[in-house]
Amino acid sequence: MKLSRLRRYPLLPIAVLLAILFIPALFAEWLAPHDPYQSHLRNRLQPPVFWGGTWDFVLGTDRLGRCVLSRIMHGAQYALAISAVGIFVGAAIGTLLGLVAGYARGWTDIVVMRLVDISLALPSILLALAFAAAWGPSFEAVIIVVAFVLWAYFARQIRAEVLSIRERDFVARARVAGGSHARIVLLHILPNVVNTVVVMATLQVGVVILLEAALSFLGIGVPRPTPAWGLLVADGRWLVVSAWWISFFPGVAILLAVLSVNLLGDWLRDRLDPELIEV
Amino acid sequence: MRRFLAIRFLQALVALLAITLIVFGLTHLTGSPVDALLPDDASQAQIESLIRHWGLDRPLHEQYLAFLGNALQGDLGVSLKWRGYTAMEVVLQRLPATLKLGGLSVLLSIVVAIPLGVVAARHRGTMVDKSANVVALLGQSLPQFWLGIMLIWIFAVGLGWFPTSGQGGLPHMILPAIAMASFQVAALARLTRSAMLDSLRSEYVKLARLKGVPEYRIVWKHALRNAAIVPLTYFGLLAGSLLTGSVVIESVFSWPGTGLLSIEAIRGRDYPVVQAVVILFAVVFLLINYVVDALYALVDPRIRRA
Repeated sequence: MKLSRLRRYPLLPIAVLLAILFIPALFAEWLAPHDPYQSHLRNRLQPPVFWGGTWDFVLGTDRLGRCVLSRIMHGAQYALAISAVGIFVGAAIGTLLGLVAGYARGWTDIVVMRLVDISLALPSILLALAFAAAWGPSFEAVIIVVAFVLWAYFARQIRAEVLSIRERDFVARARVAGGSHARIVLLHILPNVVNTVVVMATLQVGVVILLEAALSFLGIGVPRPTPAWGLLVADGRWLVVSAWWISFFPGVAILLAVLSVNLLGDWLRDRLDPELIEV
Repeated sequence: MRRFLAIRFLQALVALLAITLIVFGLTHLTGSPVDALLPDDASQAQIESLIRHWGLDRPLHEQYLAFLGNALQGDLGVSLKWRGYTAMEVVLQRLPATLKLGGLSVLLSIVVAIPLGVVAARHRGTMVDKSANVVALLGQSLPQFWLGIMLIWIFAVGLGWFPTSGQGGLPHMILPAIAMASFQVAALARLTRSAMLDSLRSEYVKLARLKGVPEYRIVWKHALRNAAIVPLTYFGLLAGSLLTGSVVIESVFSWPGTGLLSIEAIRGRDYPVVQAVVILFAVVFLLINYVVDALYALVDPRIRRA
């Protein structure tokens, strides 16, 4: 089973896909051929090079003459940064609450798990709508929505694992040796759930990139004129008949990014934590 | 069973309370709710009547109770953008369009995903299985809004088979329903496939084979009937992706449902209507999940005791 999964998701193609995503994101300042915000008014709506355009604007330009390729490359930074921060906040809160609930049990556990149930019962889009209506589009709102959506998954999974870990011998021995509760949780139990946290976090990156892109597309995510991928697709939305490349290429970037992190997440799960249930 | 249903009902109520708290809290976090609930050019008389109606001069917990009391009666204030209507009226007017489109997309995803999952499991490891896997992977990685735009570009503008957007009969609904179903098809097909693999390995399938039951009857009747429970649990989650889908896809196709309404209301700073959409969506979502839970408990007795 394991071998066949490994063969099904070989690491090399995943690495190539990830490199396509990460290298432009990390080095956009140097690699991007143009400033993503600069308008080249004489070169508005230039087609991509293979569609009759020039090598100067490889993937063409948008309505204001901004370079599509440069904007996509800078957009990768926002996609990765927002998912990294959002997932980190969500995973940190969820893991901490999961650790405490599973270790302390009793009332703490009941309260945390009820909060988890409530949070899981609220679809992310509703929170996003409520936040956007009250605050307008902002980075903070997107990150809060992401963290709010994710923490409960982490808390539930980590708590379940802690419940079984805390019954193991090494925890009892640490207790006898005089370790405080905080020390046991952080030094003895936490290292045993790190694999799960990493796998879960990786599996969520694709979901979060899609969520952020959708919110930005709707105008309730990242504010303009940031070259976030969702906003780039929205920019070309009404021009798709005459200038298809403005919407088309950012969408391909989202697709490739999500596909590669999903493949990586599946592969990591098979390697590190085969028992984790698919969510 | 009754106890299980009662507990689940209470949990749904608590979740609903939580969403009202969030909606209520956000109006106050952003400064004065008067700014959020009234247009900028509101008269002094309007401001005073709002303050009286919502009890804004009283302590916060009393304000929340007043808000909750009004909300329970379906009163979430008057719409600012659609003058002359209450927020609830505006939302309810748009609800049938959303339900129609959502229903079609659910139907579409079931009709496509379940056979796809069954065939992939039946021909495990073959090209059929691998292609189904690729379709599922792509479906889970495609941004729905982008797929919608591409569908308009290719099938409405390029080939002229369907109208580009707007309200109408079945032809207007086909492209949005496909875009909305794309994600669900992927997830449902994967779930069906893995459930079918378990089911095909079971003893009763072996027995049926020994008895000489034709293969198509084994797969489509005996195995599928038992495997179908697993995708059923997914329907609760599906309801969540449908809500997201309705907001996104209705915006792309200008389909005049509740999802598009929510975006129009946010752009028009019509906070009462946004509140009404959020609360109504939450009710619909929790209701669907409650029904799914009840059905699941009915089918699988082990769930009732959990």
